[in-house]
Amino acid sequence: MPLQSSTRTLPSYAVPWVIDGWHNLKRYPLVALAILLFMLVIPAAFAPWVAPHDAFHGSLSSRLTPPVWQDGGTMEHILGTDKLGRDMLSRIIYGARVSLMVSLIAIFVGGIVGTVLGLISGYFGGRTDAVIMRLVDISLALPTILLALVLAAAVGPSFGTVITVLIVLLWARYARLVRGEILGIKELDFIARARVAGASHTRIMFRYMFPNVVNSLIVLATLQVGYVIVLESSLSFLGAGLPRAEPAWGVMVADGRELIVTAWWVSMFPGIAIMLTVLSLNLLGDWLRDHLDPKLRNL
Amino acid sequence: MQRFIAVRVLQSLMAILVMSVIVFGLARISGNPLDVMLPIEAMPEDYERLEKYWGLDQPITTQYVIFVKKALQGDFGDSLKYQGKSAMSLVAERLPATLELAGFALLISAILALPIGVLAAVAKGSHWDTAAKIIALLGQSLPAFWLGIVLMWIFAVMLDWLPSSGRGGLQHLILPAITLGWFQVAAIMRLVRSSMLEVLDSEFVKLARVKGIPEWKVVWKHCLRNAGIAPLTFFAIIAGTLLTGSVVTETVFTWPGVGLLVVDAVRSRDFQVVQAVVIMFAGIFILCNLLVDILYAYLDPRIRVQ
Repeated sequence: MPLQSSTRTLPSYAVPWVIDGWHNLKRYPLVALAILLFMLVIPAAFAPWVAPHDAFHGSLSSRLTPPVWQDGGTMEHILGTDKLGRDMLSRIIYGARVSLMVSLIAIFVGGIVGTVLGLISGYFGGRTDAVIMRLVDISLALPTILLALVLAAAVGPSFGTVITVLIVLLWARYARLVRGEILGIKELDFIARARVAGASHTRIMFRYMFPNVVNSLIVLATLQVGYVIVLESSLSFLGAGLPRAEPAWGVMVADGRELIVTAWWVSMFPGIAIMLTVLSLNLLGDWLRDHLDPKLRNL
Repeated sequence: MQRFIAVRVLQSLMAILVMSVIVFGLARISGNPLDVMLPIEAMPEDYERLEKYWGLDQPITTQYVIFVKKALQGDFGDSLKYQGKSAMSLVAERLPATLELAGFALLISAILALPIGVLAAVAKGSHWDTAAKIIALLGQSLPAFWLGIVLMWIFAVMLDWLPSSGRGGLQHLILPAITLGWFQVAAIMRLVRSSMLEVLDSEFVKLARVKGIPEWKVVWKHCLRNAGIAPLTFFAIIAGTLLTGSVVTETVFTWPGVGLLVVDAVRSRDFQVVQAVVIMFAGIFILCNLLVDILYAYLDPRIRVQ
């Protein structure tokens, strides 16, 4: 994408460099993308090679080592270790893998379910539409965290539980978005001609209508990754998300909560990882929305 | 209007019904519901007592009727962790603490969000506006549970100004209330900013200025009153999310409210307490959404027609 926004006039008063830098960050998502890439994608893909230590087992003799710049810190554990002597940096790297995997699977499955139902709802209209849209309303009215708590209480926290909860919560937004767009597309000439040419309903929906909503879907999905990561880590923090042994960022922050007086680094670093990741994902999502689909402003 | 209200009420009832089916179903999906309801160390007489209580020897539809009947009477069974107390009485005991926290959080978010939102709109493009944007962005990116721990670390551990946990005087309230209200600050601020921008552009504001009314009075009296409608209706939604959001905040600060109760209940597998809290909170949440929708429709006739 050309840097078209560089033509935007800057305010005439002097801008401090911090804010100026932030403006730039907003204008060119390169920085956001770079942070994202380093924080999330590379570690997630190459965790076993990138991580300096074993993320699951530590040595108790080096438990609660502070980060390298503090007294007692060593180069071996740059970000210190937790109460079981596991290397913080390695766990954060594996945590990126867990967070990314959970949110991508949930968004992918939720997105497919929502898109298909949205297509059907918008295309056929009538009673089908009414039923699906009522389901959407109900699903959006369900309180997130409580739903997860019941599930966790009934079947126990696990990978599958978290993903199920997330899918139940995510699909409705896709369904609503796709249906809205389809209502507009349905009236266009090329759909009527496809009908005349004898195309089946399925073919019209998936071959002719679907490509026209892909942009909006990409924007919504990107904007949701950050939200889903926060949600998943909140659930894990509460003990209703990923199991305790898993190196998930939310679990790590929870582990550090009781150590806040003696070992601040145990909960600080995973929290910073969440914040930077979500921040850059939000910036990226905003940028994508402005460039791909400006009409989604109030999404 | 009546038709609109009727439809929305019906929808809300459906949502509550779905929630009750989920809770009811989850307890039974994995075989014997007693295995879910009872902790591992439960005695055989606990099994017997509960089986009779929930009518588990009856067919599943009868079981659901029993469940709903009891739920409507506010009866969700007895807590197993706190022997001899009903789940509902535990919730009632803890509710004041949660309401106190949510109320204070609402107050803090309003105090922070209104002035910043107004200033951001009045001085569009200025540092205030930029600050507002940064706050909005951070509001979306900072998870509440971590923000709580950071605040605790800075103000309770390092500076030792405020207590880190528990309930007590005003000092105990400050950190949890900021944590709980933080996310809402961003939301309210953006809403105030956009509706202020709209009002600032209208004819009556120009007239007020022509009449020579001082600018501060134009902004804070004439404009804010008119721009306040949208954020006001939003407050009801916020009240609902504050109540359910208290689950996270109360866990961080060990605030003895309903949120902490339900998290503890999940950990000790005290399912009767979990179902009591979840259904009650879901009810409040859905009711708040309903009230907002009706209020919106009342204020904005365009919504009714749809």
